Amino acid sequence: MGSSIAVAIVNGVPKPLPSDPRRTLLDWLREDLALTGTKKGCDHGQCGACTVLVEGRRINSCLSLAQLHESDTIETIESIGSADNLSALQKAFVTHDGFQCGYCTPGQICSAKAMMQELAEGWASAQTQDLTERPLPTPEELRERMSGNLCRCGAYSNIIAALEDVIASDASLQGAQA
Amino acid sequence: MKAFALDHATSAQGAIHALQHGGTVIAGGTNLVDLMKLQIAAPDRVISIRRTELGEMALDGEGLRIGALVTNADCAADMRVREHWPLLAKAILAGASPQLRNRATTGGNLCQRTRCGYFYDTTQACNKRDPGAGCAARSGFNRIHAVLGTSDSCIATYPGDMAVAMLALDAVVLTEGPSGPREIPIAAFHRMPGDDPSRDNVLEAGELITAVRLPAPTGGIQLYRKVRDRASYAFALVSVAVDVTMDQGRIARCALAFGSLGTVPWRDPAVEQVLIGEEPSAALFAKAANVLLKDAKGLGANDFKIPLAARALAATLNEATQAGKA
Repeated sequence: MGSSIAVAIVNGVPKPLPSDPRRTLLDWLREDLALTGTKKGCDHGQCGACTVLVEGRRINSCLSLAQLHESDTIETIESIGSADNLSALQKAFVTHDGFQCGYCTPGQICSAKAMMQELAEGWASAQTQDLTERPLPTPEELRERMSGNLCRCGAYSNIIAALEDVIASDASLQGAQA
Repeated sequence: MKAFALDHATSAQGAIHALQHGGTVIAGGTNLVDLMKLQIAAPDRVISIRRTELGEMALDGEGLRIGALVTNADCAADMRVREHWPLLAKAILAGASPQLRNRATTGGNLCQRTRCGYFYDTTQACNKRDPGAGCAARSGFNRIHAVLGTSDSCIATYPGDMAVAMLALDAVVLTEGPSGPREIPIAAFHRMPGDDPSRDNVLEAGELITAVRLPAPTGGIQLYRKVRDRASYAFALVSVAVDVTMDQGRIARCALAFGSLGTVPWRDPAVEQVLIGEEPSAALFAKAANVLLKDAKGLGANDFKIPLAARALAATLNEATQAGKA
């Protein structure tokens, strides 16, 4: 609408949205903005490799159209850390061998970041017994909450260990009553 | 994906006006974008309702009104839903993945299309995708297909969880369209295939879901049991939604709905009539299952769903009635 060019804020920088409405958010990030940290796995919302954060929430970027994201704040793996400056989550994945081939890892890290925010806000999961209480970050909860990210190398146990490590150092996730 | 024009409506009325000239509504897009990639859906015009006012969730005199644009994640996280309609939160949380639930919407989820492999495979015959083409599923791999409500034309299930809970909760689908507003009880929203499987629901051309209304909470014990091939992030083979109220050891009130068993979210009042007024027992649950499944028809690979549904019904009712007595 209006005369201004539609933009989304990608990793803090306003970027003009693509002119072709067919462009998915994933293809726009990778092909037009050269943000190739976000991966294309299945391209059908079944694997989670393309997970990015939109307004702080994790979504499958392969199933969204870029033009639906006018004015949205989008964060990709490139904003979470770099080779010289790893985030706590990335360091924990390295420490615990939370990957082998690494293809799913950017999606896992983005997903985990948003997952911890959901926990901090007291969101329930299918593993939460009492929906009226604030959930605890048990291994069962973490596995359920990360089930939207597949890892063909099967590094799941080490991913959970990495997440437990990061969560243990975050007081806001220790399950105080909501 | 075929070329299309994308318009952004800024109000429900604007969207309805735009729809009078044809087009397909997009909200989260988690199902539609996938179908467009595969050219199963190939609309010329797509109208986004993301900038409309339909994302509100509010209590009114009649219950809880959940706007069509409310995401599955926000609905399940809402403390009113978690306290008073926990069945809905449980069913939503049993479905899809957190990423999908953050994008998928209330209205979109109701209109979710089947996950029948022959509907998705455009080299195969499918009456739902291509009316009159035939049904490859009947003689194909039909392990996930329906055993109730099928026709010669189609055996595909409605695959979702959210609508199954809404069916047990007597939700009402609110729409607006060319002939004004409509309130459609969710039991009348999804269409059985009959000889026209291409229409999954009773929405008319140009009609838009604006909200779903849940009636006042029943205060019953509410459980959702989903049986599937892996522990998370998979569609149901069979699911059971139950809302039971016990009184002096007897079932005083009971609502039961089933997912992935029929071609539509399935509820049979005759099953509930078997249960109401009775003391829970294995024999009673078996009697209810017999009523539920008396017309069930397997096609070989999905025969297992019939005993599985009977056992899932018994297990869920057993758990709910035990909890209700406590």
